[in-house]
Amino acid sequence: MNRFTLIWRNMWRKPVRTLFTMLAVLVVFFLFTLLEGLRLAFSLSDLGAEAQERLLTSHKVSLIMMLPEAYQSRIARLPGVDAVSHSTWFGGRYQDHPEFAQYPVVAEEYLSLNAEIDLSEEYRQAWLANRGGAVVGRPVANQYGWQVGDRVPLKSSIWTRANGSNVWEFDIEGIFDDSGGGMNSGVLLFHYDYFEEARAWGKGTVGWYVTRGDGSIPLEGLMAGIDAEFANSPAETKTNTEAAFAQEYARQFGNIGFIVTLILAAVVFMIMLVTGHTMAQSVRERIHEIGVLKTLGFTSGSIFRLTVLEGLLLVLPVGLLAMLLGWGMLNVVTERMGAMLPGGLKIGTYSVVLGLSLMLAITLGSVLPPVIRALRLDIVALLRSS
Amino acid sequence: MAEQLIRLTDVGKNYRKGREAVRVLDGINLGIDKGDFVGLMGPSGSGKTTLLNLLGGLDKPSQGTIEVDGKVVSALSQGALAKWRSGNIGFVFQFYNLLPVLSAARNVALPLLLTSLPASRRKQHVNTALRLVGLAERASHYPRELSGGQEQRVAIARAIVSDPPILLCDEPTGDLDRSTADEIMALLQQLNRDYGKTIVMVTHDPRAASYAHRVLHLDKGELGAAQQ
Ligand SMILES: Nc1ncnc2c1ncn2[C@@H]1O[C@H](COP(=O)(O)OP(=O)(O)O)[C@@H](O)[C@H]1O
Ligand SMILES: [Mg+2]
Repeated sequence: MNRFTLIWRNMWRKPVRTLFTMLAVLVVFFLFTLLEGLRLAFSLSDLGAEAQERLLTSHKVSLIMMLPEAYQSRIARLPGVDAVSHSTWFGGRYQDHPEFAQYPVVAEEYLSLNAEIDLSEEYRQAWLANRGGAVVGRPVANQYGWQVGDRVPLKSSIWTRANGSNVWEFDIEGIFDDSGGGMNSGVLLFHYDYFEEARAWGKGTVGWYVTRGDGSIPLEGLMAGIDAEFANSPAETKTNTEAAFAQEYARQFGNIGFIVTLILAAVVFMIMLVTGHTMAQSVRERIHEIGVLKTLGFTSGSIFRLTVLEGLLLVLPVGLLAMLLGWGMLNVVTERMGAMLPGGLKIGTYSVVLGLSLMLAITLGSVLPPVIRALRLDIVALLRSS
Repeated sequence: MAEQLIRLTDVGKNYRKGREAVRVLDGINLGIDKGDFVGLMGPSGSGKTTLLNLLGGLDKPSQGTIEVDGKVVSALSQGALAKWRSGNIGFVFQFYNLLPVLSAARNVALPLLLTSLPASRRKQHVNTALRLVGLAERASHYPRELSGGQEQRVAIARAIVSDPPILLCDEPTGDLDRSTADEIMALLQQLNRDYGKTIVMVTHDPRAASYAHRVLHLDKGELGAAQQ
């Protein structure tokens, strides 16, 4: 028998209650971890520096309206422009899976503008050499089980081929990682030439332009300059940073995320209250026993430590296990839905620290008040209580 | 002449009840020799438990001094008092006061957690104490699995496990039937006679009191010799 035995036995005073409390802690911190994953996914807080500095130029009316291909050379000539490239929303889906992002691009231009795309030289060469080739972000390849050398059919909801089919086939020539914020990690890139030649309509138009400044004039000025260039033309433009576009796009999901967050937070809070109440109750039940321990010569300090340690032993291991399980769950979801969640679901150091703080708060918040109240009573009063 | 172990001088105790102070003990002067076995009787509410608590350092007198073995315990701080209690006093209560979550052996081992004895020695002491009270074979039983008499034996084993010179018993047979009470009294008598424990025992039961060397009577907070 040592002090740990005493703590352990006290903790299992009512085994069903202990198990119930542990289960509640497990649920709370499992949900908490999922919540953190969702919150971070919707916050787009780590878009990366490139996305703050690249400009995206779309049709002034709507992102889905097309712009003439000829704008590229006009943008390139503007003062302060270092490089410009374009992409188009392809709107393809693989089998019955939901739509994800594919862009027809001019490979060399696009890769040099999006330096965060981490494509090996070997893959790059292979892709450049194959007109019908494509490269794809790792989350997408993982989700659909694609490997280099596979030929994959994508059905476009927008683009029909000259032969009337809307099924396009691509050879996977490479898989890349996104070292930036993940904006590009969930996409499939294929050759614009191939697209331009094969599409049944819309020839000579693109979805939007991506521009990088050379630093000689401020971004604000560059944005205004681009839009001024096309003012009063049939296709006026709207230019903003890539990050701002992403944020706007995410906002529609962000609202859903916010609601989900609120609901889960309410659930977490409720279970926390119940758990705290149960733990406090378990301390209040042993007022008399605290009197007995003090009679035997245990000091207030040692009883305080025993009680707090018991609370921590009840909450911390299960809480950490729950966060581990939640983290595993986030990874599984990311694996399964890589194309839809290109940034992935993950938690950061901040989430772990927040989780640990919550665990400490539950434990201390429920254990401290009753134990302090008990220890303020003198022994005679403790022993007289039943 | 026997050596005096406990000395109370003009001890008084008040309790606050709301605004007014209630005098529970008044002008108690008492000496108890080493090896004595003192019975303490008196009507309910006369202050017997309060006196026992003062002797055991669970509470402090409002006035007067309590000396034990030459030490003025009534002047000790709470921390010093806790340490002193663990080395000098064994308590036995009417309702046993065992911890329900611990087996008999672990209940007995509890006071030893406050010592620096190694685990093997602690185990030895626990076994010795349990054997002495005749419950060695119940070591792993929980209090709820024991009869009242057995629980009280475990409580006595806990009180003597760290070998304190003084045992304070507050109605130790108050919750037991007559024959079980006799067994408990025989055990206390043995501890007094064979192991030299100085015992102060509160009781309502004249039969139990007859085991004591002398009986004191407490009435309305004042002490008198028992009218025998
Ligand atoms: N902690 C306390 N606070 C207030 N009154 C107390 C307290 N302890 C004892 N008393 C009062 O002191 C008197 C004596 O109590 P006690 O010593 O328990 O008597 P006995 O043990 O002889 O029955 C009783 O009237 C009791 O109500
Ligand atoms: Mg009493």
